[in-house]
Amino acid sequence: MKPLPHPLAPELRTVSGRDLAMLTASLLLVVTPHAERAPWWLAVLVLSLYGWRAYLGITRAPLPPQLLLLALTGAAMTGIWAHYHTLFGRSPGIVLLCLFSGLKLLEMRSHRDATVVAFLCFFLIITNFFYSQSIPTALMMCVALVAITTTLVGFAAPQRPSRANLRTAGLLLGHAAPAALVLFLLFPRVQGPLWGLPQDAYAGVSGLSDTMSPGNLAQLALSDAIAFRVEFQGDPPPSRLRYWRGPVLWDFDGRNWRMGPTLLAAFKPPKGGERTYRYSVVLEPHDRHWLFALETAASLPPRARFTEDGQILARRPVRLRMRYALESVIGAAPGPAQDPAALRRALRLPEGFDPRSLALAHEWRDASQSDAAIVARAIDFLRQGRYIYTLEPPRLGADSVDEFLFDTKAGFCEHFASAFVFLMRAAGVPARVVTGYQGGDVNPVDHIVTVRQSDAHAWAEVYLRGRGWVRVDPTAAAVPGRISSGLARAVPEGERLPLLMRPQLQWLRSLRYQWEALSYKWNIWVLGYDPQRQRELMSLVGMRDADWRQLAATLFTVLGLLTALLLVWSLRRLVRPDPVQKAWQRFCRKLGARGIERSPFEGPRDFSERAARDLPQARGAIRRIGELYLALRYGPVAPPARIDELRRLVRDLRLT
Amino acid sequence: MIRSPLANPRFANWLYGFTPPERGVVVLRHRRVYIVPTRLGWLYGATLAILLIGSINYALSLGFALTFLLSGLGLAGMVHTARNLARTAVSAGRSEPVYAGESAQFHLLLDGRAPFERPSILVRHVAGGAQLVIDVPPHEVAEVVLAVPAAKRGWLPLGRVMLETRFPLGLFRAWSYVEPDARCLVYPRPERTPLPPTSPDARTGAARAQASGSDDFSALRGYQPSDSPRHVAWKAVARAQEMLTKQFSGESAGELWLDWRLLPAGIDLERRLSCLAGWVLAAQQSGALYGLRLPGVEVAPARGDAQREACLKALALFEAS
Repeated sequence: MKPLPHPLAPELRTVSGRDLAMLTASLLLVVTPHAERAPWWLAVLVLSLYGWRAYLGITRAPLPPQLLLLALTGAAMTGIWAHYHTLFGRSPGIVLLCLFSGLKLLEMRSHRDATVVAFLCFFLIITNFFYSQSIPTALMMCVALVAITTTLVGFAAPQRPSRANLRTAGLLLGHAAPAALVLFLLFPRVQGPLWGLPQDAYAGVSGLSDTMSPGNLAQLALSDAIAFRVEFQGDPPPSRLRYWRGPVLWDFDGRNWRMGPTLLAAFKPPKGGERTYRYSVVLEPHDRHWLFALETAASLPPRARFTEDGQILARRPVRLRMRYALESVIGAAPGPAQDPAALRRALRLPEGFDPRSLALAHEWRDASQSDAAIVARAIDFLRQGRYIYTLEPPRLGADSVDEFLFDTKAGFCEHFASAFVFLMRAAGVPARVVTGYQGGDVNPVDHIVTVRQSDAHAWAEVYLRGRGWVRVDPTAAAVPGRISSGLARAVPEGERLPLLMRPQLQWLRSLRYQWEALSYKWNIWVLGYDPQRQRELMSLVGMRDADWRQLAATLFTVLGLLTALLLVWSLRRLVRPDPVQKAWQRFCRKLGARGIERSPFEGPRDFSERAARDLPQARGAIRRIGELYLALRYGPVAPPARIDELRRLVRDLRLT
Repeated sequence: MIRSPLANPRFANWLYGFTPPERGVVVLRHRRVYIVPTRLGWLYGATLAILLIGSINYALSLGFALTFLLSGLGLAGMVHTARNLARTAVSAGRSEPVYAGESAQFHLLLDGRAPFERPSILVRHVAGGAQLVIDVPPHEVAEVVLAVPAAKRGWLPLGRVMLETRFPLGLFRAWSYVEPDARCLVYPRPERTPLPPTSPDARTGAARAQASGSDDFSALRGYQPSDSPRHVAWKAVARAQEMLTKQFSGESAGELWLDWRLLPAGIDLERRLSCLAGWVLAAQQSGALYGLRLPGVEVAPARGDAQREACLKALALFEAS
């Protein structure tokens, strides 16, 4: 037998104007976030493709020939190749996806094609998560999902008004939410990645690097981006003590400081100290190995490594937001003696640079009794030098240290740190540059310390015989305001500051604090929900060390229960007898108890008449019940008050 | 060739959960509602798998959230699709008799029995292919008319009807079969044949003399609902404001017997019945008093629509011994 054309088959149902409008709206919702990252001409092209299809839909004109679309695809792909020099990788891949959404729209005739476009929207949503997974992005996803679901419902029920379809979509998503939550919590999480990621997967993350040259920290400090957040058990230490140690730079070439080779060392907790702080850090991905810790770290995060110069390194570059718990001690006794090779490295200077600074350092050397005295002289020199702290330091020439110290006298922390370490080395005191972050904002709402890229800082460490490596912050010496009151006060007025550091916007900051407290929770519980968190949660409900089998078993049990509940819900509304019928049955039961049974052939009118005859004392009520039942059951739709009257009458019916 | 197991009626009845035909109102219990993913449903599943792998690989927490929300959506869609059909009550209405070669119009009533709308339900006659998509409004009954070709005279059972829906997401297809106890009477295809002469029957020989003047007006009598409008005495109606029927002398006594034996021997049974059906229609049109005589069956002479139906029914159901 020849298969019949199936009226519900999506291949045979043509796309209506409403379908097209809904689909285009959904696409716009999911494509817009990509527009700012795509080349401008491609954004324009994709939008015009949508517009073109909408125009064809309105005028009911035929779709463009396949050959034209093919030529268009070729041209656009050449353009993308010219822009990115490849068609593979993350950014060109996403741009191609956007392009195809427009092209597919132009060859879309049936509901089958339209559904494929709707599914394409899911990919456009998820690719946006490479760039942002914030709360607004999540809300945007929900809006887009409502639109796409309404579109799909519209395909299945073309005759229904859109408002009813929207309601159905809402109901469906509402029913999907509990299952989604269960899956999110219980689906066995695997630590990715499953395969090699494209090379540009982590392009565009900002953070400290293993080199420092004049101006690069100042550049970083203009960014409001969050570097990490810290949750202390108890009060956080005061801002002037919050030095977050990062890369340690040893090698100077006259202009740039570099990290050079690093030696791993066994971790030994420091001795003594004024106070121990326990805290956990949520570190934003920065594509480097450093794990930042409050000086001086007294423990290591699991699976982290420690270097001889006190850096804590992850085994792999930090490419996902990660969370680690630490302990630190403030005011700890310096570590053991440094080996002579390292001290020689900490004295090395390039030949032929900065003669004035060299002369000054030699002068101090000759006039001082000890290394400590030299350090003190240098600090005095900086303090009295009327140095200006600025985010827009003047450009420096070949003798960068000389020019900064004696001519321009304006710079950012890297200028101070670089000059100070140079002077120390020239005077024969082993010294090195330490970069990291200083300070950070305490959120008054949840007491979480947020450290931003604008808190990036560089300071120095000098090696004093008998005391070990001692931290000296030349910026604090020259511009005390930087450390005590933060960047905003230290920078002269009228200079460009990161938006949120501007003191005038107090109300904006308080709003920001609220928002950040929420974001922190979001980051911890939603975005940071990883295999480890999952195990923690499972142990909360009594499943210690849950492996994937237990998780899967729990998941399927709960999911099965949920589906069963949903099924019961959907059938419950069907089996619930209508109140009129229920009241009537109760009436029949009451009469039955008095020996007046309704025969199967007996209609309601005859039955109530007979009952009224047999029970004259309740005649009025019985007749009224009969009338009401007939009117409600067989008449036009009645006001609910009459149903209530029937129920009341039946309830109050006394037959004795 | 392997014979489909569905060809075995016992297996089919077990599988479909009912034994045809079903009397009265058939409620589609969930035992009878089947559900499988459509092709788009499988595509949706594949999409979810890709989204999941991507989320794992790039550790996209919101990607997981999206994938799981969509999984939940699929699940909810499945339940809603089944619900769109579950517990619908199907019953068959009356169907008017038709002539062989025409289409029988079967009326099916779909009672939603639900506080919600049941949109986009396809009703398809499995054997005939007649199909229709309808929406059943909340608390209401929707009526579907299925045109089923009636090839042969006799009772035409409705046969198996499929109800299918893909609402709301088109990812699942739920369907159910019903075979309500509905049948349609199919009259033989009438063949235009000149009417036989008024009964030359020996037993009613006395009537012969009068039979010749079949359109001689003889008297007026009271109107009966089965009388042909052409015989109503309209002038008398206008005068007396009372319906009267003209009686003709031929009619009063002369009976037209549509007799099986009047047809020449040698034509086959169906052709014979067709000719008789043609006679019935012609006799009805002429307003004559007519009766039908078949081997073993006799319809006493009368006139009017009831008589026509009785004769045609006898012809439709006639079985040669």
